Amino acid sequence: MLNRGRNIEKGRVITRRMFILAAAKVLLFAGISSRLYNLQISDREKYEILSDKNRIREWKTPPQRGIIVDNFNKVLASNDRVFQLHLMLDEIDDFDVTIFKIKNLIGLDKFQVKKLYKKKERLKPWDTLVVSDNLTWEQFSKINLYLHELEGAKPVLSTSRFYPYSNDLVHVVGYVGDASPKDLEKPEIKENFVPGLKVGKYGIENSQEKMLIGNYGIKRYEVNASGKRISQIDYIKERQGNKVNLTVDIEIQKFAQELLKGKAGSICAMDIYTGELVAMASSPTYDPNKFTHGINQKDWQEIRNNPLKPLINKSIAGLYSPGSTFKPLVALAALEYGILDPNKTIRCKGHKHPYELYGVKYHCWKKEGHGYMKLRNAIKQSCDIYFYEMARLLGVDKLSIIAKRYGLGTNVLGDLYNDEKSGLVPDTKWKRRVLEQSWYLGETVINGIGQGYIQTTPLQLCLMTAQIANGGYKIKPHIIKDDSINYKDVINKIKIDQSGFPLHERNYLDDINVEYYQRMYHKKSNINFVLDAMFGSTNEQYGTSYKSRYDDPKYQFAGKTGTSQVRRITDLDRELDLDTEQIEYRKRDHALYVAFAPYKDPRYAISVIIEHGGSGSKAAAPLASKLIKRIIDRHKLREQFNNGKTSLA
Amino acid sequence: MLRERIQASNYSFLDKLRSIDYLLILLIIAIGSISIFAIYSTEGGKFSFYTKNHIIRLSVFFSLFLVLSFVRVSTWYKNAYLFYIIGLILLITVLFFGISASGATRWINLYFLNLQPSELMKIAVIICFARYYHRIQSSDIQSYKFLIQPIILLIIPCYLVIQQPDLGTSILIAGSGIAIIWLAGLNIKYFVYSGLLLLVSLPFAISVLKPYQKSRILTFFNPDRDPLGAGYQIIQSKIAIGSGGFFGKGYLKGTQSYLEFLPEKHTDFIFTLFSEEFGFLGSIILLFLYILLIYRIINVGLVSRSFFAKLYCFGFATAIFLYVFVNIAMVLGMLPIVGAPLPIMSYGGSSLLSIMLGLSIVMSCKIYNQEQISVY
Repeated sequence: MLNRGRNIEKGRVITRRMFILAAAKVLLFAGISSRLYNLQISDREKYEILSDKNRIREWKTPPQRGIIVDNFNKVLASNDRVFQLHLMLDEIDDFDVTIFKIKNLIGLDKFQVKKLYKKKERLKPWDTLVVSDNLTWEQFSKINLYLHELEGAKPVLSTSRFYPYSNDLVHVVGYVGDASPKDLEKPEIKENFVPGLKVGKYGIENSQEKMLIGNYGIKRYEVNASGKRISQIDYIKERQGNKVNLTVDIEIQKFAQELLKGKAGSICAMDIYTGELVAMASSPTYDPNKFTHGINQKDWQEIRNNPLKPLINKSIAGLYSPGSTFKPLVALAALEYGILDPNKTIRCKGHKHPYELYGVKYHCWKKEGHGYMKLRNAIKQSCDIYFYEMARLLGVDKLSIIAKRYGLGTNVLGDLYNDEKSGLVPDTKWKRRVLEQSWYLGETVINGIGQGYIQTTPLQLCLMTAQIANGGYKIKPHIIKDDSINYKDVINKIKIDQSGFPLHERNYLDDINVEYYQRMYHKKSNINFVLDAMFGSTNEQYGTSYKSRYDDPKYQFAGKTGTSQVRRITDLDRELDLDTEQIEYRKRDHALYVAFAPYKDPRYAISVIIEHGGSGSKAAAPLASKLIKRIIDRHKLREQFNNGKTSLA
Repeated sequence: MLRERIQASNYSFLDKLRSIDYLLILLIIAIGSISIFAIYSTEGGKFSFYTKNHIIRLSVFFSLFLVLSFVRVSTWYKNAYLFYIIGLILLITVLFFGISASGATRWINLYFLNLQPSELMKIAVIICFARYYHRIQSSDIQSYKFLIQPIILLIIPCYLVIQQPDLGTSILIAGSGIAIIWLAGLNIKYFVYSGLLLLVSLPFAISVLKPYQKSRILTFFNPDRDPLGAGYQIIQSKIAIGSGGFFGKGYLKGTQSYLEFLPEKHTDFIFTLFSEEFGFLGSIILLFLYILLIYRIINVGLVSRSFFAKLYCFGFATAIFLYVFVNIAMVLGMLPIVGAPLPIMSYGGSSLLSIMLGLSIVMSCKIYNQEQISVY
């Protein structure tokens, strides 16, 4: 019985202990349940995102770049078919072996291989490595032949930037290249960038990036743990960049480039009413296509070491003293301020009796002198003595007001080109502020013939000429078609003589701001006087560009020559009186010419600059003459095309 | 002496059938079926190697379970020590002739099955201890003489299993042994003292751990320490379970699983896969099935007359609980990854065999619940 009692006690202990254990089990299971609740209900979203991050991987697909067309919709920058070799890094087991095989197949050199390794380091293990973005057909077919031996290799038919007019437009359109870290900081590139995408490096390609770049596409794939693509989930198509429509006429541009061949210089042509740039040529030039896939060292050195400096866009980044092309503006300023009667006569007595001011001698370019000159003749024959005296009477500050109003001293195309220079129109305040010196009258005198501190770009001179030729109205120069401007309205508005408008009850002799398409002159007759004098300069005997004239009124133009000294002319030089060819190239004068055409009912203004070309009348004016003929020949076509377009819109 | 009380021989076959716990059988079938679906899903919805093998094993071992259920409980009792000795011999065999996989030597090649003796040892320890304490008077339990024997009996297999190395199974063996010592009524103070001792010696214990074990424990406290290495499993497991949400991603739609982010998905991480596809709801239901299973086993113990049957059932119920808890807590990131399968659900012959064996002893306790076993 004792045993029985003990046994009952033992059974109770076991049962009690079991219940204690069971209670613990319940507690622990409750713990598991609450943990499950936490993970699957409270934190569900967090883990869902993590799960999607695991299984979904995105590949960005590059967009096609927007095309660039000229005034007539001719394609200036397109996307051409290219053969490329891509490596899918996630499909490669042994990178070294694959690269070795590829190296032997398409013939990469040591540096290219090194570059590929460097590139690979920057990529994620599932990214695509672009081995070559421009294979020859031969290389491409070789790759395809041995494709089964090249794991992860993918021959791709892709597109890349192509400039059909290669050399003719590089200074206008610019070029593309691989994005630099600095490029990637720009928001429009940062937002749309895909590895391997080319971005604008210069010109329109660069400044219109936002328009041209487009939007990348996204391909979403489900991938497994080892990164292998299982299925495509989603594909958001990429969007090609927008078209950029330039005002340039590629035929005229090509012709201008042709005229400049072998020379260093610039030609600009502009519609004097609409402000559209018809051509903006700079020479020498280079092939932008070479930059697309990274320029090779040899070509780069060739461009860099060319003494004529092809990389400088001379139309907007070349600074020149305007020389005598400045004279019409000086005359206009003098007339506007009523400084002198155009009938005032000044005698130019040649080098033996130069103009003298405080003991300093100022010579006319003509050794024998011009004799007795009135203003019209002084412009026509470009007599320096007359302008010395006129500038002295006018003063530099008044001159600078007019010069700035007509477009000198500021960027013409805004921030379209990152290398455009604003030039310099000096006045007394400027000199005191920048050089901390007071102004000398002698500086005013040489300023009168466009020498001294004054610095202008060829495009500024073109704009200046356009704004005088259109009767003294302010225009908005541009190189990208602006659909917000109704050109017909603009032309009509300018062609009405605005002199009598009560709207303009302000003093045009003050330093005032003028709105676009409104008058800038004080007295219309002054403008007309200058235009007439420029007519004389080209179309009358003794005029400086008489030899380049056309008698046919259709082509007849008016212009002004200029010769810009690149150094001081010494007495010795005057004595030697060497021909241009006899002077060392770097010391030769720049030849300049500005003109507008046709003389009756003008429509275009042009500027020509030939660096170290000698005299304007011999080197620059003949080119201008040829170009003007071409522009006027194409005018009807342009007018028809543009009107057709506006009526459509 | 008390032989006349043993009435088992008088049981008719009908009586035996009547006293079978059908709910328990139903639960086994339910969990077994779920496991087939889960294994099928680990293979991405293809009827192939693992699924086939699992179905074969389930049916073979389930039949074995049914047959062995009719073995008299006294027979189990008599052979309890024999089981333990066989288990020990097998463990020693592993030491010398075992086959290795991923750095551990745990298996014996039996041609039709790679037997993992440590899994069998889990059951052997319970049945051995149940017999041991069946005989000991409650007054003697507290004495050192009777305490030292089971401790030695426990330390030997645990040591052998740790040598394989297999810390998880070793802990589970120790856990089930300790559970029976607890049930037998050993004074609570021993548990408190040894618990404190364990805590104090923990830093020392960690220092003798193998580097991979140490990293597992460090990873447990901070899985982001090495998200692609040691922490990978637990991070991916938590992502899978968490992303399942309330209703789950749907059967065969567990992306973490079929895209192979989940490691060991058909063995230790089978719950993760199940939870990803069936969500919170499915997980709770599965958990509930296990609770029911444990409850039914305890119930058998409660209606049994012999201490052996009681101790065995309660001990086995605790062991099942431990397996389930350790496995799920592990995949939920509540415990370090120690390699413990989920009973019945996980793919693995030895584990399934030992569970079925254990369950058949439970069923035999049920069928012969009135059988008294001499304490002498």
